[in-house]
Amino acid sequence: MVIKAKIIDEIGLQRTITRLAHEILERNKGSENIVLVGVRTRGEFLARRILKKIVEIDGNEPNLGILDATLYRDDFRTRLKQPQVSVTDITFDITDKDVILIDDVLYTGRTTRAALDALMDLGRPRTIQYCVLVDRGHREMPIKADFIGKNIPTSLNEEIKVKMKEIDDEDAVYLIEIEN
Amino acid sequence: MSLAINHLLGLQNVSKNDIQLILDTAVTFREVLDRPIKKVPTLKGTTVVNLFYENSTRTRLSFELAEKRLSADTLNFSTSTSSTKKGETFKDTVRNIEAMKIDMIIVRHKSAGVPLYLTKISNASIINAGDGQHEHPTQALLDMYSIREKLGKLKGLKICIVGDIRHSRVALSNIYGLKTMGAEVSVCAPPTMIPKNLETFGVKVYTDIHKATRENDVLNVLRIQLERNAGSSIPSLREYHNYFGITSEVIEKNNKDILILHPGPINRGVEMSSEVADGPYQIILDQVTNGVAIRMAVLYLLGTKN
Repeated sequence: MVIKAKIIDEIGLQRTITRLAHEILERNKGSENIVLVGVRTRGEFLARRILKKIVEIDGNEPNLGILDATLYRDDFRTRLKQPQVSVTDITFDITDKDVILIDDVLYTGRTTRAALDALMDLGRPRTIQYCVLVDRGHREMPIKADFIGKNIPTSLNEEIKVKMKEIDDEDAVYLIEIEN
Repeated sequence: MSLAINHLLGLQNVSKNDIQLILDTAVTFREVLDRPIKKVPTLKGTTVVNLFYENSTRTRLSFELAEKRLSADTLNFSTSTSSTKKGETFKDTVRNIEAMKIDMIIVRHKSAGVPLYLTKISNASIINAGDGQHEHPTQALLDMYSIREKLGKLKGLKICIVGDIRHSRVALSNIYGLKTMGAEVSVCAPPTMIPKNLETFGVKVYTDIHKATRENDVLNVLRIQLERNAGSSIPSLREYHNYFGITSEVIEKNNKDILILHPGPINRGVEMSSEVADGPYQIILDQVTNGVAIRMAVLYLLGTKN
């Protein structure tokens, strides 16, 4: 693994989160009907930060939930390692809400598909809008994000590594090359 | 993270990591059970056979529900309606069921060792739902889950299993599992219901229910199993109740912080008074709910293992 570039640094991440929060509020005309749902693991921290920003801007605090889409994955039989499941923590009703689904990296779209299925089992939202920090391309499903922090075109032997202070030692987004 | 074991035959020799993983995974499934749509697509396409050679209400329903909540296809087999009545051997039955391309077998049988034998004649993943007087691992796991959920831990807790220890597979699985998790395990029963040399397991033996209640955090009260001839160990059910039955007086006199478990079905007025069975110290119905989550966790962890 070789780090090829630091694409977003700490200040950059703050600005991106601020912009995403503004875009979400603009599209939804405020925060009255929205709820935020972060996809474990880094989507959760991203969602918390966007929530904090929304509170700062709008004064209102939308509900925040954490989604674990592991049980809805399509690769149980093909993966070598068994994925670890954790708890979905959405204690409010999402029916008729505008759900902002938040994740760190959009890649094949398979996790998003699993997350959408998981959300549909919890209720019938008015809309689901998808917010990602990085869109790296290479979609395998017809899925696109509504709010994008940064588009980073990548090759298949590259990887995007999002680091967040909540679990990593810094705030940053790296482009990494995998040697094989 | 995945399990080291490929089958769940018992809790003897199951590592602390594996038990911990099952208990932690069950927390996820416990949440699924509270959703409006209590079903996830995880085991879609996996076929599970419930092979019950012995009567069961809770365990069979619980397994079946767990399988359905995970979207597995389930087949139910019970001896009363099967070709076993026509004289087919166990091995032939299993070979035939396996020829139908199944992935997992949940087995209950009156003979100890049947689940182990199944692993040798079948390629399916085997889960023991109770074999004779040997083990009943998912019951012990759900007991441990329920205790942990209520008291926040297992390590260092004092847990006493009360009742017919000698005939009980629930007791043995609990002893193995709880000791692995670092709990202090004891038993309380008339001497005729305690197997010889139990102390060699590192299990303390009480014959006074008052003392056991006073000195423990949890009582796991077992059913007096008349179908396993428990009657020959005690003079009468009434006498058993007088000396070993859990009543409100026993609890209130000795330990009001006690937590009472019972794997069901309850003989009201024998091992436990109705007042206790419906009272504030017990978590008997929580155990039933948690049982579905535990079985989902075991099915998930074994069923998606490569």
